[in-house]
Amino acid sequence: MKDFLKEWKMATTERKGIVHPYIPNSVPEIKAEMMREIGIADIEELYRIIPDELRLKRRLDLPEPFISESDLRRHVKDILSKNRTCEENLNFLGAGCWQHYVPAVCDEINGRSEFLTAYGGVPYTTLGRFQAYFEFQSQMGELLNMDVVSVPTYSWGTAAGHAIRMASRITQRDEVLIGKTVDPERREVIRTFCQSPNVRTRIDIRLIDYDTETGLLNLQDLEEKISSRTAAIYIENPNYFGTIESQGQDISNIAHRRGAISIVGVDPLTLGILIPPADYGADIAVGTAQTLGIHMHCGGGVTGFIASRDEEQYVAEYPLFLISLTDTVEKGEYGFGQCTYERTSYMSRDKAKDWVGTVTGLWTITAAVYMALMGPQGFRDIGRTIVHKTHYAIKRISEVKGIRVLFDSRAFREFVVNFDGTGKSVKDVNDALLEHNIFGGKDISKDFPELGNSALYCVTEIHTQENIDKLACTLQEVLAK
Amino acid sequence: MTQRKLGLIVNPVAGIGGRVGFKGSDGQEILDRALEMGAIPESPKRTIEALKKIVSLKSRIEIITYPFEMGEDEVRACNLIPTVIGSIRKGATTARDTQNAARDMLMSKVDLLLFAGGDGTARDIFDVIVDKIPALGIPAGVKIHSAVFAINPQYAGMMAAEYLEKGPGSVRLCESEVMDTDEQAFREGKLESKLYGYLKVPCERGMIQDVKMGSVAGEEASMDAMAQDIIDNMEDDVLYIIGPGTTTRAIMNKLNLEKTLLGVDAIHNRQLAGRDLNEAQLLRLIEGKKARIIMGVIGKQGYVFGRGNQQISPKVIKQIGRENIIILATMNKILSLNGRPLLVDTGDAEVDSMLCGYVQVITGYEERIVLKVTA
Amino acid sequence: MKKDIKLRRYHSPVWSEPVIMEMGHPGERGVLVPEAEEEIRATVGEAESCIPANMRRKELPRLPEISQLQLLRHFLHLSQENLGMDSNIELGMGTATMKYSPKVNESLARSPQMTEIHPYQDERTIQGILEIMHKLNLFLTEISGLDQFVFQPSGGGLATYTNACLFRAYHASRGELEQRNEVITTIFSHPVNPATANAAGFRVINLMPDEKGYPDFEALKASCSKRTAGLMITNPEDTGIYNPRIKEFVDAVHGVGGLCFCDQANANGMLGIARVREAGFDACHFNLHKTFSSPHGSFGPGCAAFGVREELAKFLPVPVVIVDGDQYHLDYDRPQSIGKVREFFGNIPAVLRAYAWILSMGAEGLLEASQVSVLNNNYLGKQLMTIPGVVKYYDQENFRMELTRFSWEKLKEDTGCGAEDVQRRMIDYGVQVHFMSHHPWVVPEPFTPEPCESYSKEDIDYFAEVLRQISKEAYTDPEIVKTAPHQATIHRPNTAPLHDPKKWAMTWRAYLKKRGGSGLSEL
Repeated sequence: MKDFLKEWKMATTERKGIVHPYIPNSVPEIKAEMMREIGIADIEELYRIIPDELRLKRRLDLPEPFISESDLRRHVKDILSKNRTCEENLNFLGAGCWQHYVPAVCDEINGRSEFLTAYGGVPYTTLGRFQAYFEFQSQMGELLNMDVVSVPTYSWGTAAGHAIRMASRITQRDEVLIGKTVDPERREVIRTFCQSPNVRTRIDIRLIDYDTETGLLNLQDLEEKISSRTAAIYIENPNYFGTIESQGQDISNIAHRRGAISIVGVDPLTLGILIPPADYGADIAVGTAQTLGIHMHCGGGVTGFIASRDEEQYVAEYPLFLISLTDTVEKGEYGFGQCTYERTSYMSRDKAKDWVGTVTGLWTITAAVYMALMGPQGFRDIGRTIVHKTHYAIKRISEVKGIRVLFDSRAFREFVVNFDGTGKSVKDVNDALLEHNIFGGKDISKDFPELGNSALYCVTEIHTQENIDKLACTLQEVLAK
Repeated sequence: MTQRKLGLIVNPVAGIGGRVGFKGSDGQEILDRALEMGAIPESPKRTIEALKKIVSLKSRIEIITYPFEMGEDEVRACNLIPTVIGSIRKGATTARDTQNAARDMLMSKVDLLLFAGGDGTARDIFDVIVDKIPALGIPAGVKIHSAVFAINPQYAGMMAAEYLEKGPGSVRLCESEVMDTDEQAFREGKLESKLYGYLKVPCERGMIQDVKMGSVAGEEASMDAMAQDIIDNMEDDVLYIIGPGTTTRAIMNKLNLEKTLLGVDAIHNRQLAGRDLNEAQLLRLIEGKKARIIMGVIGKQGYVFGRGNQQISPKVIKQIGRENIIILATMNKILSLNGRPLLVDTGDAEVDSMLCGYVQVITGYEERIVLKVTA
Repeated sequence: MKKDIKLRRYHSPVWSEPVIMEMGHPGERGVLVPEAEEEIRATVGEAESCIPANMRRKELPRLPEISQLQLLRHFLHLSQENLGMDSNIELGMGTATMKYSPKVNESLARSPQMTEIHPYQDERTIQGILEIMHKLNLFLTEISGLDQFVFQPSGGGLATYTNACLFRAYHASRGELEQRNEVITTIFSHPVNPATANAAGFRVINLMPDEKGYPDFEALKASCSKRTAGLMITNPEDTGIYNPRIKEFVDAVHGVGGLCFCDQANANGMLGIARVREAGFDACHFNLHKTFSSPHGSFGPGCAAFGVREELAKFLPVPVVIVDGDQYHLDYDRPQSIGKVREFFGNIPAVLRAYAWILSMGAEGLLEASQVSVLNNNYLGKQLMTIPGVVKYYDQENFRMELTRFSWEKLKEDTGCGAEDVQRRMIDYGVQVHFMSHHPWVVPEPFTPEPCESYSKEDIDYFAEVLRQISKEAYTDPEIVKTAPHQATIHRPNTAPLHDPKKWAMTWRAYLKKRGGSGLSEL
């Protein structure tokens, strides 16, 4: 210990005590005064309790720092410049993360330091965030036609995972049926949440087939697979292929006849023009809010909510924050708080306890801003515009020789393009498109081998006619080679 | 804050024997002798210490109490104005008066019944109110083994104040043990107390909302979860001896069986195998069978064996074996131990020593906590 | 020489801001959406005709209709009614490590080269992002001593869940999962530790502290068996106590074949001082939105970097960033991976900010940050111990690390005012509430400050003075504390309606339905 200390002391004096803008008390005089106050002569004394053999006896091997902001900025910008963005390139990728226009007010609000840097305050010190969460929940309630909406969690996939576990607790059953047309990445996440090798918390997952002609769920397969073990059915609408599932009510009916819960995953951005899951029998709705004013952030903008009817047995099972309106000791004043309805005898099996912690507060606030900016007509308009662009894109791309767009014409925002007739793989096509500054659709050949060489293309309100024409022309060009 | 009603009953003779060397003051003879010896009652003083913590609420609460030394005097001593009901013979109160007072307070619909005394007082009050209204004890007796008492008069006052201020529904109530000590045995130097019943008492350590976390299961939900854990892990053809108490009762409830709250029952293949069993019956039942014991913990003191479950004698425990003992306790109960270990006092030193060491106590579904057991 | 500290006269903004659902007027628009081009509309026809008839929404959703400025104003008002860490001395919020999130990193994270990136882009087009992920991974391996990190978990809870899944995968790969169904943790662990272990199918064994506040070692030994899957522990714990026998704990669990995970939410005092590797841990996580300066965001999005020893790397969630020469790749070819715990790769902006922060500090800066954090905490602690009503539980001699758990127990005993009362009064002096404790409250009336390196001596002195003042008020005029807050945005909310099915309202529509009658009265 003694040698180590000596060495350390030498090293620290050599350092000449750096003063850092982020560390006010790194100024030697201040530090010395504070040390005097607590009666130590050497900072090392603070760590006396740590056994010598556990101490790191050398400097951390990290790069020399950029101590000036300008140098740091230059360095990071250099690295970032190696990225090609969806602004400079024409992007047709969707599949769980979507490129929509983000109104400037959204970034203005989520850039406010009061929202950006708050954390675990209470309703009377951070009323703003609680009210914003409530406004998120309220607006989502209108879009979804449901009275209970949670503060969102990490992502759509994790929300779906939580919702399935809720259904398992409510019904006390241990199996879930999931449509094959649910996003594969989300299915992966759900699997991690549900299919534990331990018997106790395991929820078995069975996949339900889809009709390769229409893209719709195969109801016969559903009827065959559902049983008294089924806790829930989970589908997404539109599904992964962008196909609008029109059999929602039938699916819910099948679930209910067997005492199972109907869970539907949905993007609220679609709900200005499509009916919400509650209107076709869904008991629980889950989905994203990334499309509501949040940039893609390379997948960092994801978030996922859970919603349901306002019934005690559901509310008791939410593993996420539920903000409720309340009053205060001052008459006429709004207050907010967490509804933490305790698990009572409804839940006689306390298996598979869930958890909640830091989630996606900033995105919740942003989405609340977006929904109010858009208003009812905005949601209708964006729905229409996306439908128009999607179908125009389908038409133009279908005209390219060798290409086939699958699942006839029920698409919203996304559609599957098959390249079998071109003799080229999706990878080849996308490599070629890249040279033209186009990001082609996601290669789904591996996840859906039954669809051959196929890619999932996404068109949103940000794509102009020119953009779509360019895609069609470029495809024509690269396929001709 | 809405106007609330506090009921106050002081047992003026509780603890009176203590100072002059008597253990307990039940029985007129003992009482007379103690007073003759110059004993001074403790409970009035303790009551005043407790009431001092409630003074700030005076405009918002109505204190309903019995005449003279059964509460009126103590309230007035704090410059508060009581609502006096009932009648007593000044200087000659008995257990009957305590019970009358409790009955009258129950009828007056008090929000909380605060009483000063010892285990005997708690017993008298329990006989009348059972779990109909919440109660809380100001410790002022010699025999304070019941978990219904606060750790000192000041705390009793503070807990009462908090409960009245926040109102029912905002402060959790815990079912707390009322213990009954065998008087004669006690005077002969042997402590033999029995579980007598449960009063609903404001929890000392409320589980408050955690802004970073979310909901926390309350007492009832916890006991439900523990019961489910036990049932899910129950093996066939094993005899389960179920010790007394509310925590173990949750198990029987879940199996739709009725529990002898203060006694020992037995379950076999999820059916009732015996009710309110004594030692002999237990020994017969476990003869030749694989058996397990499921026990709760007495709050505050932390007794597992030795208080209120004499039927589960050292013989029974020895036959069943340490590894077949399952202990349940809610987190609230464990926290009420304040870091102290669990206790056993079976009367047999060998068995006590066998039980000592570390045990895993069930606190929820597939949740355990490791606690020390000492004798 | 300490100057006389003048407490500020503070008042939160009060806008009596209506709920957005009550605002605006039919017809108003906040932002307009472009129509499809005329030719497109002509080609496709009516949009509704492209939608199956039974899926067409007839009634528009009842969202607010409000103009842009009025909407902006509303949310600006809400932001003003929100106390962020930038604007106040938030050092009372312990375990959250409320440190400064440098604005330069924020502006970098908002560059289009970060925001306008799709996760499924060809690897060649996101080399910048992959480079940053890989390099941060290298930094964290050096800081922790472990071998491979991923950033997929978006919060501590997801990280501990990832860990529980990893325990499962490891033992399953050795055919021992059936037998190993127990995870050991302590009662001071963040509740996500037992909750995620439980959710992953494990039985949770909690250890209580001994008199000095260390987890009971004898209890640990008694709990280790062939049923032990692993240990999930935090060091220092939320009490601020560093357990010097930590290696013995790890060895004991290793001795029975279990794995050891360290929850490093409390790493801020440890950078460059002690690493989990030397203590023998197999896995750990760091909260990038705590220790590594990514902003808290009003409760997320966060990022929890999860790291493991080399032998366990094969179980990590996919993808993992690997480097081949000067090209970075996303490796999905990991057959023993536990799968995914969240879509895509994680909260990349947080990764970027953490990377930038570490680069702006360097090894010396990190060490300085940790040392100053611990110094700040003990300097504060000394002052707090002179405040009437404050007690410190457990070990009284040794220095705590970067946070300390205190108790207002004595204040409660003497005055009737406890931790909740004190924290309600703090806002009247312009400071955020102090963090109390996670469940369960082993220490009664708890509070846990964490004055990390971002706070100046003046900040710390001010905070201590605020608590001293409130203590004085509790002893002389407790009513003012009990009826606080007096200068906040709102008064004390009533909590009873929150648990009453007839009164709670998670949406405005629910409130309207229940209003009057047995619902909340008119607000």
